[in-house]
Amino acid sequence: MSVVVMILPKVLEDARILENVKVGPGIFRMLVESPRVAGEALPGQFVQLRLLSGDFLLRRPLGIAERSSDLEGFSLFYRVVGRGTETLSHLAAGETVNLLGPLGNGFSRNYSHPLLVGGGLGLSPLLSVAEYYGDRAEVLMGGKTAGELFWQDFYKPFTEQIHITTDDGSLGEKGFTTALLPKLLEKGSYDGILVCGPEIMMRGVAEIAERHGIPCEVSLEKRMACGLGACLSCVIDTADGTRKKVCKDGPVFSAQEVFFS
Amino acid sequence: MKNLDAQQKKKLLSLELLGIKMNTPILTGSGTFGFGEEFADFVDLSEIGGVVVKGTTLKPRRGNDGIRITETPSGMLNCIGLENPGVEVFLKETLPRIARYHMNVIVNISGTTVEDYGELARRLDVPGVAAIEVNISCPNVKEGGIVFGTDPKLAASVTRMVKSSTKKPVIVKLSPNITDISCMAKAVEEAGADAVSLINTLMGMQIDTRTWRPVLGNVTGGLSGPCVKPVAVRMVYEAAQAVKIPVIGMGGIMNAQDAVEFFLAGASAVAVGTANFADPSVIGKIADDLAAYLSLHHLKNITELTGKLKLD
Repeated sequence: MSVVVMILPKVLEDARILENVKVGPGIFRMLVESPRVAGEALPGQFVQLRLLSGDFLLRRPLGIAERSSDLEGFSLFYRVVGRGTETLSHLAAGETVNLLGPLGNGFSRNYSHPLLVGGGLGLSPLLSVAEYYGDRAEVLMGGKTAGELFWQDFYKPFTEQIHITTDDGSLGEKGFTTALLPKLLEKGSYDGILVCGPEIMMRGVAEIAERHGIPCEVSLEKRMACGLGACLSCVIDTADGTRKKVCKDGPVFSAQEVFFS
Repeated sequence: MKNLDAQQKKKLLSLELLGIKMNTPILTGSGTFGFGEEFADFVDLSEIGGVVVKGTTLKPRRGNDGIRITETPSGMLNCIGLENPGVEVFLKETLPRIARYHMNVIVNISGTTVEDYGELARRLDVPGVAAIEVNISCPNVKEGGIVFGTDPKLAASVTRMVKSSTKKPVIVKLSPNITDISCMAKAVEEAGADAVSLINTLMGMQIDTRTWRPVLGNVTGGLSGPCVKPVAVRMVYEAAQAVKIPVIGMGGIMNAQDAVEFFLAGASAVAVGTANFADPSVIGKIADDLAAYLSLHHLKNITELTGKLKLD
């Protein structure tokens, strides 16, 4: 018996902004209308967003966060860090951006009790994973202070099992996610750890996961031009010495493949 | 503008260049379009003039470390460093795999010695390859590359070596990082080049003012995109004045109007590069709009536009 794999063509279209509001310190959430991307997106995939005004040439890769309940659109989170994201933050509902996606591979979808570990903007693509797994998933999120953990409100519709750390102890347990993680692993029965956040955090989590013998997947971020595997801007080194493309071979990799050699 | 049907479009845009039948005079810029297949969702690959594939070297190359691209106002800098699987993998795996798209495959080659270029040309003299583009202008590799592109004598010896190693048409890709493009174009023409293509990227640099460090891993990189177009049009104009062989023009083409400038300046065909990153379907749109432009100006075929710049 042969298995027929349907690969849908990627979507390239103008999409209306439904909402674009500040949700945290320097962080915005944009809701865009795109039934096609929302309908096809797998947890952990991303889009390449193009600004249609200004002298910007390159697209911005942004993780797909949660999809709207009617599947008419999806949300993106971004931090204002440069001219592009600054311009993006000034766009109003009703204006248009151009989307290319969904791109990349996404996280595995066959765990029964995964732990999602995220920090900063890494919590954006992980939200799509929470949406997929629902209350089968637990979440461990870290931030500098309580103000950075507005993310809870976005995760709660999907799972109530949220563990929190802050560097200053203003919310949850004081310290990094990697300090709380071993304790969670002793109690929990996770069969997978799915991580997205700063690289130092992902490496720390991956090492702990390795010690506990739990499969660990990480979602990487790199500057990209095409997002289609053509320009080779976003390559990374892997454990076996070869180079892979974050846009096409990733953005999700097994931690062993990219962090251990 | 009136809508043209496929047949009218083909009549307006098709041409034969270097003995290659092309449906449009629009090629892709090497390094911006992978091996074509990456863009199959957005472009009918058989309908474009040709796909100039990623620069190929004798041995596989890992490319540069660190950050490889950065955006600049109306442009971008890159320092990929010719990452590619090498000619053997290209011939064994890539070429047979992309045959199903029925496109004109033009292979861009890069070497560190004159002999490298000869061997690459010899090995690529196979069915399925329409032409060779000789890259003597990559600014991002330490040995070879641009060294050959900045010295007319070396450029000529690379050209002679490639010409004597293949029966395929040979296009030599020129660097803009020189003072006199006419001299370089003439040198490769005299050495037997069948066409020249220009411009490759302009060498540039960006510095992070917070860290005082270069943004790119390779310190410097190649500038491309709309910001280089005026330089490119000027150089195509000068090169076209200097040589009798066809000139393939490129540098910052984002739309049909941009392409028209290159034809008027003397280009027989154009290549679209960086624009593919902004809009992966852009090549099809440029072809449609170029056909409409020709029709509007009562021209029967694209060849009638080449070199029609008015100076009086």
